Amino acid sequence: MNIQELIEHIENEFDELEKGKLQSDSSIRDMEGWSSMHALILIALVDNHYDVLLTGEELKNVFTVEDLYQVILKRGT
Amino acid sequence: MAKITIDKVKVDAIYSCVPTQKTQTTEYALFSEVESSLFEKTTGIKERRVAPDDVTCSDLCFRAAEQLISDLTINKDEIEVLIFVSQSPDYFLPATAVTLQHKLGLSTACMALDINLGCSGYVYGLSVISSLITTGFKKGLLLAGDKSTISTSFNDKSTYPLFGDAGTATLLSFDKLAQRMFFDLHSDGSGKDAIIIEYGHSRYPYNKFKDEEREYEKGVKRSKNHLALDGMKVFNFALKEVAKSIDDCLKYANVEKENVDYFVLHQANKLINDSVRKKMKLSEDKFPMSIGEFGNTSSASIPLTIAAALKRQIETNHLTLLLSGFGVGLSWANVLLKIGPISTKHLEYD
Repeated sequence: MNIQELIEHIENEFDELEKGKLQSDSSIRDMEGWSSMHALILIALVDNHYDVLLTGEELKNVFTVEDLYQVILKRGT
Repeated sequence: MAKITIDKVKVDAIYSCVPTQKTQTTEYALFSEVESSLFEKTTGIKERRVAPDDVTCSDLCFRAAEQLISDLTINKDEIEVLIFVSQSPDYFLPATAVTLQHKLGLSTACMALDINLGCSGYVYGLSVISSLITTGFKKGLLLAGDKSTISTSFNDKSTYPLFGDAGTATLLSFDKLAQRMFFDLHSDGSGKDAIIIEYGHSRYPYNKFKDEEREYEKGVKRSKNHLALDGMKVFNFALKEVAKSIDDCLKYANVEKENVDYFVLHQANKLINDSVRKKMKLSEDKFPMSIGEFGNTSSASIPLTIAAALKRQIETNHLTLLLSGFGVGLSWANVLLKIGPISTKHLEYD
């Protein structure tokens, strides 16, 4: 797993994102119209690709792609 | 562990009934166009059915049961047990099942009881009624459904557009040649607050506790008399437990997942069902859906999906099905059964 792969998964999942624009320090929550629905999609994406089930509490502390990457790394080990 | 094997019980027919009135997700005034589109993509819900004020869940179940009994020319005296699974009964008391025994013209020798469960209720109901029929009852009628639209606040985006109303009727009979059913049932009350209507029964009775609507977060405004749903908790619960428990049930039944014709899951959210399917590495055509047309119909969702989406297959073939209900309680249950050909009908309430 690497962060570029995670970025690609996120870009593929969300139609709102322009391909190739998301960076590791991009804020996920700045996505247009961010809502609890986006959070559920993100949880499903991480569970599906990395077999890590994020809790609502963990997601509250995730702002950037890097934050998300670190949580997955921590939980995946 | 609540694992049960049932012999000598056959499913004869599954009927469903929904109100005629449709409401589209795009019509919900509190959704912007972007929200509406994201909601449809995530939940899969395009439209749902809403019962008028004077129609209850028991009316929808009654209509399905009445038609089933008539179509199959069932001798009503042979129906020795009636179970009504719902969280929207007609009255605080008496039990709705007892009123339905009379309304359907069943014998007073028929035992009748309610089961207060939601999303897992159909599978739980099947386990209870099958356990009784296997002792020698001739026939049993399982009525399952909910009128959930009375419980939600229009001002709560997290619940209002999710639920549809539906009632179902399933007829089962004692049959020495019937193939085994394998049940796997679970409950976890530590998650009671994840889906709850707090006020209205004996802990917070209506006559003492009345609550005004308040805003919990933007777009989520409701009272404690309304249904509250912690979507994140329910979603996490489903992703954690459902695929694992289906796998356990298959192992218990000694059936490979590839040999199951269809996995009929409770229809709460397309994203949940897609996630379960991906975890199980199975194709989309093995997971029939009804949520797009009917929304989340609580304990009706599994039989409604069978009657509406698997009609052709189940009326002509012998199928191996895995049914999985999960949600409010928290409560979850699976059954592996071999079924068909059976009669099905999907009705609209008139």
